Amino acid sequence: MSRTARLLLFGVGAAGFGVVLLYGLAGLPAFGHYQGVYGRVLDGIGVTERHATDLVTALNFDFRAFDTLGEEFILFASVLGVVLILRQLRDEHERPNQEEADEHQLAGASDALRALALVLVPSLLAVGVYIVVHGQITPGGGFQGGVILATGPLAVFLAGRYLRMRIIAPHTVVEIGDAVGAIGYGLVGLGGLVFVGIFFKNFLPLGIPGHLLSAGQIDVASTAVGLEVSGAFLVAWSEFLDQAILVRGPGDR
Amino acid sequence: MTVLQIAALAAVALLGGGVVAATDPLRQTLVLGIYGLALTMMFFVFQAPDVALSEIVVSTVGLPVMILLALRKIRQYEKERRNEHEEQG
Repeated sequence: MSRTARLLLFGVGAAGFGVVLLYGLAGLPAFGHYQGVYGRVLDGIGVTERHATDLVTALNFDFRAFDTLGEEFILFASVLGVVLILRQLRDEHERPNQEEADEHQLAGASDALRALALVLVPSLLAVGVYIVVHGQITPGGGFQGGVILATGPLAVFLAGRYLRMRIIAPHTVVEIGDAVGAIGYGLVGLGGLVFVGIFFKNFLPLGIPGHLLSAGQIDVASTAVGLEVSGAFLVAWSEFLDQAILVRGPGDR
Repeated sequence: MTVLQIAALAAVALLGGGVVAATDPLRQTLVLGIYGLALTMMFFVFQAPDVALSEIVVSTVGLPVMILLALRKIRQYEKERRNEHEEQG
């Protein structure tokens, strides 16, 4: 296709898109004037019926917990895809001298960076755990806390010690964490089915709003998702790191 | 709309354009990280701290790590190809 034809096609497309966009924008409610009924209803019952002060987490892990089940398995399946695509092929091999990969390959890590990583690892882990278990009280929850948790071991890699990172977060352990988190979330739903008769209906005591152990299933579901998400991210990162740092094709000696 | 919200929207618009305008993939990744920070600020000033928390980690650590490692792998692969070519020629 010639340049003129392409520009012409783009012009027609952009004009059409512009018209539809302006038409849509003109029909929007004024800024700050929310008109959803469902949202208003939920806004009123988060604390009274679920004892959760963070409505977003209550939505994710209670009111719409079934949707989160789908989202969680999207993440699970995509990480499986990464593992499948980045597996070691027949004519690839891991670099034989592993000491080399540990100490010299990533020699760019300065002392300052290592010191920073030393501070980062425990603080990231602490913040991650805090955000996971306080999901029902303050902003955050399983997903947010899970990703922060996963960055903890990654900071070890930042210090230039990839193979140490593999010791702290071995493939088997992060894979099991990923799977156990995914199963755990499903079990929370099954618990509702078994004890109350409805899939993902809360079956745990609600406790006092604002307390660490409150809001019934939300805390448990949030922890399961936190485990799954941190496992999933670590599995994906490890696969990428293996490929970039350790695995060599047949042409390399 | 407050001044902060307008500023956050403007930053997102500018940096979004910046990501597209950056041609070198390595620089593009860095601009993408900064764009992620702008998105985080936007979510925060529009009172969505839950989304802001996810965005800040995914866009400044999660995604760049994968892109940078993929870029490194591509560079290695190209180097190997060049070496093979020299051996043959």
